[in-house]
Amino acid sequence: MHKIGVIGDRASVLGFKAVGLDVFPCHDKDEAKETLHRIAKENYAIIYITEGLCKDMIEDIEKYKDERVPAIIPIPGMDGSYGIGLANLKKSVERAVGADILFGDE
Amino acid sequence: MARMNVNPTRMVLTNLKRKLVVAIRGHKLMKDKRDELMKRFLNLARENKVLREEVEKMLKEVYQNFAIANAVMSSEMMEEALMYPKQGVSISLDRKNVMSVDVPVFNFETETDDESDIYPYGFATTSGELDSTISRLNEVFPVMLKLAAMEKEASLLAQEIEKTRRRVNALEYIMIPRLEETIRYIKMKLDENERGNQTRLMKVKDMMIEEAILEKQRFDSECLEEFKAGKH
Repeated sequence: MHKIGVIGDRASVLGFKAVGLDVFPCHDKDEAKETLHRIAKENYAIIYITEGLCKDMIEDIEKYKDERVPAIIPIPGMDGSYGIGLANLKKSVERAVGADILFGDE
Repeated sequence: MARMNVNPTRMVLTNLKRKLVVAIRGHKLMKDKRDELMKRFLNLARENKVLREEVEKMLKEVYQNFAIANAVMSSEMMEEALMYPKQGVSISLDRKNVMSVDVPVFNFETETDDESDIYPYGFATTSGELDSTISRLNEVFPVMLKLAAMEKEASLLAQEIEKTRRRVNALEYIMIPRLEETIRYIKMKLDENERGNQTRLMKVKDMMIEEAILEKQRFDSECLEEFKAGKH
């Protein structure tokens, strides 16, 4: 059985605790990085990270990109969306096709 | 185009021809694979985008609700209310094979099935906003899982497409031209040898004929001498 983790600032992630996810509140990016690497080794199949923290640890997230698990998914935090999720998607499209052909028209 | 460094022999030529056939077939298969992957990937990416926007919108609502709940209640009470979750979620990990790409499939199970039973607190000290937040979050959560699976699939597919595309290009622009070039080179070389051989044979034949003619002439002149000597 695998678990689901949420990394983010305290205010954003508190609610996820109630629906049964494992919550790891982090104050800064160093703490978040450390937590990410620690729980990635454990039995977590999905790790959600709030975008506020995500934007400072993109290299660390890229490390897990080509592995089957964990899936690291950026979600918007309390402070709103930075568009990292869509940017990631765009990046995959660019990687696959060679050029951005899906979202270019926006 | 660089040709391979091989000996121009018939044996090597046969081997290379065989290799070329394999390379061409491989190229075709790879290309088909790439096209099919691309088709799936693009569909997936489109769906993915829609889903992500949906999740982001839903989460935004949740956060707004949560902010209101936070404002109404003291943060200590909030902490206390959410400290011990009642609901537990575990996911089982399956795998799905999409064009030989190993893609994870998440199936989740919640500990309590009853939707009204997820609130980890009594209703006395908490505000109604918190309830609606939690209930909304409970709705968002399955969509978030779907999003996670989809994004992972998209990124894995993207990786595979990149790999396949590289292989296709390597075959198309390097392997196949190089093989063709080498085969042409060996053919030329063999033809050249053949022609060299032919001229050599012709030359030898010429030399033999010349010798025979000289021999004949010598014989003739000897006969003539003899004849002249006999006559006198």
